[in-house]
Amino acid sequence: MSRRLPNPWLIAALVLLWLLLNESLSPGHLLLGTLVALIAAKGLAALRPLPLRIRLSRAIPRLAIAVFADIVRSNLAVARIILFPATRPRASGFVNLPIDMRSRYGLAMLAIIITATPGTLWMRHDPARRTVLIHVLDLIDEEALIALIKTRYERLLMDIFE
Amino acid sequence: MIQAPDLPAWAAIIVAFLVLLGAAVTLIGSVGLLRLGSFYQRAHAPTLGTTAGVACILVASALCFSVLQARPVLHEILIALFVTATTPVTLMLLARAALYRDREEQAAAEAAGTRKEGDADLPA
Amino acid sequence: MTTLLLALAITTAQVLLGLAMACAAWRLARGPRAQDRVLGLDALYVNAMLLLLSFGIQTGRTLYFEAALVIALLGFASTVALAKFLMRGEVIE
Repeated sequence: MSRRLPNPWLIAALVLLWLLLNESLSPGHLLLGTLVALIAAKGLAALRPLPLRIRLSRAIPRLAIAVFADIVRSNLAVARIILFPATRPRASGFVNLPIDMRSRYGLAMLAIIITATPGTLWMRHDPARRTVLIHVLDLIDEEALIALIKTRYERLLMDIFE
Repeated sequence: MIQAPDLPAWAAIIVAFLVLLGAAVTLIGSVGLLRLGSFYQRAHAPTLGTTAGVACILVASALCFSVLQARPVLHEILIALFVTATTPVTLMLLARAALYRDREEQAAAEAAGTRKEGDADLPA
Repeated sequence: MTTLLLALAITTAQVLLGLAMACAAWRLARGPRAQDRVLGLDALYVNAMLLLLSFGIQTGRTLYFEAALVIALLGFASTVALAKFLMRGEVIE
């Protein structure tokens, strides 16, 4: 296990983090950052993380644009609900979202996306029944919401991670 | 204490707009914390501050320091990454803790025979 | 002229963020239940982090950035610990 090659994505991300934190591109910091990243990746390998495969495709920018647009839109929607109580939803509630994705990294990304979008909150993933419990602030149409999440995010995430 | 860095006009206007917008959105989110009715509804309110609020003020800060120091200052990305990665974890744990506590309470109320109407909306 | 405008904008933003912190602190103090208080604490530290960043813009010093980073790290750890505590009654199982 200790002989395994540490995850190259993780090392690249850690080096980038180090350079950002020190605001420098000097060879010294590059070297030091790589050293720190290697040691940290070695330490993290002891946790036996699942192998990560990312498929670089057009799905990544499409997902980024979709998430950005949805975050802006739902920020406005939630701000309206807070500021004008007349538009306050009478029906906020829990939704069981059936999920086909199996990749843990994809599920983690989906959790971040759903929670970062104001108005939806990821609560629990049930791997046995393959559902995700979500709380929705403004629950108008449950079916439409499920269809939206599945077509807009889940398919793109499956393209990237599976 | 009114003071501000000496920025060129275009940068000053963009920074002023972004800082004000970010602060206003964050305030709306925190007001929602007061005004929304139940815990699960309130849990949605702070995400306004952690998405739009944080993004606006971080972009303003990055722009301000980049112009001041005449080189790209990008370490604000670190805070953005960190906040984006951690907010779901805290909110998910908190919501699950709340659900757990509500279920316990409901079970206790059922056992005591004092179950109220309208408590039934917890998911199985 | 634009510097004065920027100064006014930043000061106004700081007042708004202060009010936001007051809202979060109210939720922290009044509850009604423990999970509401933790939610208030969570919002409070995010708002404090933003306030520090606005001080950084105002003074042009990068020192505030590092303080904001530390607040974000510590706030996350403490909220997670509190949420774990609410769920199980202990932090480390």
